Amino acid sequence: MSPPIPAPDVFPNKSPVPAEQSGSNRPKLGVYKFASCDGCQLALLSVENHLRQLADSVEICYFLEASSRIVPGPYDIGIVEGSVTTAHDAERIRGIRRDCRYLIAIGACATAGGIQALRNWANVEEYLSYVYAEPQYIDTLATSTAISEHVPVDFELRGCPIEPQQLLRVISDLLVDRQPRLARHSVCVECKLRQNVCVAVARGIPCLGPITQAGCGAICPSFDRECFGCFGPQENINAASWIGHCRSTDHATSRLVQLLRNVNSYDSHFREAGDGLIAKSISVEPS
Amino acid sequence: MTEVRKFSVGALTRVEGEGALEIHLRGSQVERIELRIYEPPRFFEALLRGRDLREVPDIVARICGICPVAYQMSACQALEKALGMTLPPEISHLRRLLYCGEWIESHTLHMIMLHAPDFLGFENSLEMARKHPDLFDSGLRIRKLGNDLLTILGGRAIHPINIAVGGFYRTPSAERLRGLLHEIVWAKTKLPELLRQMADWNFPQFEQDYQFVSLHEPHEYPLNTGCVAASDGLSIPIEDYEQHFREVHQPHSTALQSLRLPSLTTYLVGPLARFQLCRSQLTPAAASLANQLLGSVPLRNNAFSLLVRGIEVLFAIETAETLIRCYRDHGFPCRVEIPRRSGWGCHATEAPRGLLYHRYEVDEQGQISTATIIPPTSQNQAQIESDLRALVPSLLSASDAEATRACENLIRHYDPCISCATHFLRVRWRQNGTLRREGEPV
Ligand code: SF4
Ligand code: SF4
Repeated sequence: MSPPIPAPDVFPNKSPVPAEQSGSNRPKLGVYKFASCDGCQLALLSVENHLRQLADSVEICYFLEASSRIVPGPYDIGIVEGSVTTAHDAERIRGIRRDCRYLIAIGACATAGGIQALRNWANVEEYLSYVYAEPQYIDTLATSTAISEHVPVDFELRGCPIEPQQLLRVISDLLVDRQPRLARHSVCVECKLRQNVCVAVARGIPCLGPITQAGCGAICPSFDRECFGCFGPQENINAASWIGHCRSTDHATSRLVQLLRNVNSYDSHFREAGDGLIAKSISVEPS
Repeated sequence: MTEVRKFSVGALTRVEGEGALEIHLRGSQVERIELRIYEPPRFFEALLRGRDLREVPDIVARICGICPVAYQMSACQALEKALGMTLPPEISHLRRLLYCGEWIESHTLHMIMLHAPDFLGFENSLEMARKHPDLFDSGLRIRKLGNDLLTILGGRAIHPINIAVGGFYRTPSAERLRGLLHEIVWAKTKLPELLRQMADWNFPQFEQDYQFVSLHEPHEYPLNTGCVAASDGLSIPIEDYEQHFREVHQPHSTALQSLRLPSLTTYLVGPLARFQLCRSQLTPAAASLANQLLGSVPLRNNAFSLLVRGIEVLFAIETAETLIRCYRDHGFPCRVEIPRRSGWGCHATEAPRGLLYHRYEVDEQGQISTATIIPPTSQNQAQIESDLRALVPSLLSASDAEATRACENLIRHYDPCISCATHFLRVRWRQNGTLRREGEPV
């Protein structure tokens, strides 16, 4: 097998974050969790080589998963993982927004509702009674929604999980009041750069790579499988042409819909494309 | 008037997920203990229905970012049983290697970043790192070894994408795996050194008569396979699990608690349980270090799970070395064809936090019709509450802050994963730990 090209290190030689700032003048950082798997917070703890530098450059004031130390806000940067699924959380995110100068939503949960947004097409009462013997004990909303549906968000970082180097880059940009910029091309482009054999063309497997935002380094196609869109839709997505291509190769509508309805199912672009496919198949093949 | 005291810790920290603890005392009597799981439910079992069975490893991974491989391994093997598939030994070996990667990653994360600060008196591992840089940096370097294994085999460390029902999407490269041998050799010397230092730390004295439950294999320490064994001699096939253990839904929690039948008793899963039931199956260096550090008397103090995790990491490193040295990346299919048929199957594997059970029914279209997932933290939850009930009376003379810290530390010995349990944890000693007098109840 060809050696995989590692995802680009955005800080090849230099420190990811400005050099150590003195004691209490360090910018304050809060990390919050909503409905999620903890994977994106863990990604932040997985920047082994840069972790101590990060801790020297910012003051970690609120990060329940990593620290028992809680310093009251306001904070310079708030990082939010997870989606809003309870009335209490819908209230909590407003308080966090008031507390944080910059708010970054990280991961598919926080930017699109996550895998748990699949409930948005279902009857949540039925979901409750399927999983819990005593559904009356559970407090939940009918939908799982992105942070930006509740409060203004300064930057959305995609991925399930996020790419940790991208987060470091966004933090370091915000620390110097610079607008963070990340690649906006598709996974398909990354895949070509890695000189992969295209799974869609060569093997006839439906792949979301052409309409998914770059950032992962086209991991899935490099492992001979389809991209299922964990980095969410690319900017200027052309879902119609993707659907057209898949249709021309006879893929079942149900398969295409399932690809679109995965961890980023409730993102507006993937949602419209999936819903549109279903509406069409109902009008074309009346049952 | 009897003195009524309630403790509440605003939020349990250094655990995975969100939960709370409430303890109500009347005089020296513990009235009520509730480990509350605040983590909102994510309904995995419900949303899996109707999905193509090939999507299951990618979906269930999202239950937990700390131990996605455990979910993938239990799910794949349950589905393979449902479909009557048999896999070549090479794939089983690669899966064992993959699981070693996750044990190394998850255990060192808990030991160094979440648990060790309790023993050394820090609020977090980064403060600890300033005073104990070697512990922190070496711990992270070992953890990176786990992450590198996961990345080579799975494509990435969190939510690996190379795991399929039937095997792997692509055969991992032997050359890249052999590139890790140098780090493995270093870690085999460094880790025992760190663990010897840790063994000198002050361990709280708190022993319970646990009923241990874990998988058990006659010839190897359990990861992917085994029968379900308990310290009272129970030994049953995984298929009989649900006849011996039952999930019960408690009002204060979005996680289901699991208890042992017939009399709904608590039990303990995880490192201590595995170690007690399977220590004779450890690899040589891990076994001899265990004898040096822990002796041969049965362990009943879960604080020692810190050392047991370290011993299990050493086991995983030794196992990884052997598997990598024997591995050839050709001569076997990376994945077995999935037959089209209906069926049901269940399987359990040893997640870093303990036994993880999955059961699925599949229809003729290859879609999931029912799913049941029983994570380790919901099995331990009742045991944690039982431990707290036993611990709290000894804390009556302690200040609220000390009592609260002792309870939080006890919970952290379990390395509970709340995200898993809801499919975990904020400790709330109500009224922020202030001593309060209240009237007699009605
Ligand atoms: S986006 Fe994915 S990795 Fe991140 S918290 Fe959600 S489920 Fe976990
Ligand atoms: S699903 Fe797509 S975006 Fe996600 S890791 Fe795979 S290739 Fe990358």
